[in-house]
Amino acid sequence: MDWRPRCALDVMHERAEMLIAVRQFFQQRAVLEVETPLLCHATGTDPQLDFFSTRFNDPPDNPRLFLQTSPEFAMKRLLAAGSGCIYQICKAFRNSESGRFHNPEFTILEWYRLDFTLQDLMQEVAELFEHLVLPRRALQILPPISYQDIFQQTTGLDPLVFDLPMWQAFVRRENLHEAIEICVEDHGVWLDFIFSHVVQPKMKAGCLYRVYHYPALQSALARIHPENPRLAERFEVFVDGVELGNGFRELTDADEQAQRFDREVAWRRQHGLPEVEKDRRFLAALQAGLPECSGIAIGLDRLLMILLNKTSIDEVLTFPVTRA
Amino acid sequence: MATYSTNEFKAGLKIMLDSDPYSIVENEFVKPGKGQAFNRVKVRNLKNGRVIERTFKSGETVEGADVVEIDMQYLYNDGEFWYFMVPDTFEQYQADANAVAEAKQWLKEQDMCVVTLWNDSPLSVSPPNFVELAITETDPGLKGDTSGGGGKPATLETGAVVRVPLFVQTGEVIKVDTRSGEYVSRVKE
Repeated sequence: MDWRPRCALDVMHERAEMLIAVRQFFQQRAVLEVETPLLCHATGTDPQLDFFSTRFNDPPDNPRLFLQTSPEFAMKRLLAAGSGCIYQICKAFRNSESGRFHNPEFTILEWYRLDFTLQDLMQEVAELFEHLVLPRRALQILPPISYQDIFQQTTGLDPLVFDLPMWQAFVRRENLHEAIEICVEDHGVWLDFIFSHVVQPKMKAGCLYRVYHYPALQSALARIHPENPRLAERFEVFVDGVELGNGFRELTDADEQAQRFDREVAWRRQHGLPEVEKDRRFLAALQAGLPECSGIAIGLDRLLMILLNKTSIDEVLTFPVTRA
Repeated sequence: MATYSTNEFKAGLKIMLDSDPYSIVENEFVKPGKGQAFNRVKVRNLKNGRVIERTFKSGETVEGADVVEIDMQYLYNDGEFWYFMVPDTFEQYQADANAVAEAKQWLKEQDMCVVTLWNDSPLSVSPPNFVELAITETDPGLKGDTSGGGGKPATLETGAVVRVPLFVQTGEVIKVDTRSGEYVSRVKE
């Protein structure tokens, strides 16, 4: 019976409605819908993202191509070329990711707004969620909260001050002592562990959280806060404790971007991960000049789960990877 | 014994943790979009049945537990051990009171059980879902009551005590659901 779709047939209608509502939202705001390739010559260097790659039969080089883990680089190339505000609904691919909230192929909504601050974009996210979610179910939109505040309120620990003995004592109290072996002395892994095991599960159900100003060591492709170098201008979106999206005040400095790539490439090499090259076309676009902007990606499959109160991503996919 | 990577984790997989054998009940993949991936699992300790939660870094490997479940026939109890036999091979195993635990009150000689072996010695015993046992003692009850309402305790040949309808009498054989410990019906001889 594995030829049959995994989701109920009405879920396909719900998805179609959601996509119509998304397109309506951006059309009203004069944001242009674009398409960029899913198969590219390079991909992100983020060591936490595993990719799919293949060979293009194009002699003599038969170059290696990568299924995109997100459309970010290509969309920023459009921005640098003068596209203006843009959005895209597309598939993204992440190898090794499979579970109740993960399918290795999933649908992303990603958009960029010129001259938007992080605050502006957080506001627009709230409006999008009002537009998409409120007609379907109750959702309380909480005011944005800083990463430091939510972390401190839930755990009593300051995420910006890596006090190892205190953090070890904390996980022992929480009966999560395995964190000590897993995270060792890596501040970033400690943050990921505590945030996903303690902070997220304690978020109130039925509420939209926008958590901003991530610690600078988790800046990804976000700009560092101009007044406080310990913070990144990055925010994340959560509903029912589930991570739905990740937004940045985009890093526009080509040199800093190249340095971040170099660090990640070196880390990959050190840890025996598959090697990747820096995306030279993306870097060239930054050199040419990425306009000041903020951008975010939202996982649409998870959003549909939230809309329909489903507990697993498979329930909103026609053919999850096990049936694809 | 084999080792398993976290991406092989699934319900039912038997692994070693803190020198005890565990069975995975539930496996949740936890990964921040930008960040370290974890596997948060619920595991049952096969020695005491307790369920705990534990997190692994994704990609980590864990030693498998040499645990197998085998259908065996219950033979007898010598006061200290309970003896079981694999029908095909006539191989016999002795289980102690810890292993038979709650199951012992349902064990009737010749009945088939599932015996869980860890490193080839019995770790736990699951009785059949339904057993048929004779009543050795129960109050006479009221004549003519066939409704099944109310009920009274009855002691069975294995020592188990279950609630039965008033019309059921000493010497009769009844069918019991061992998962709930509840009376199901009388069994016609």
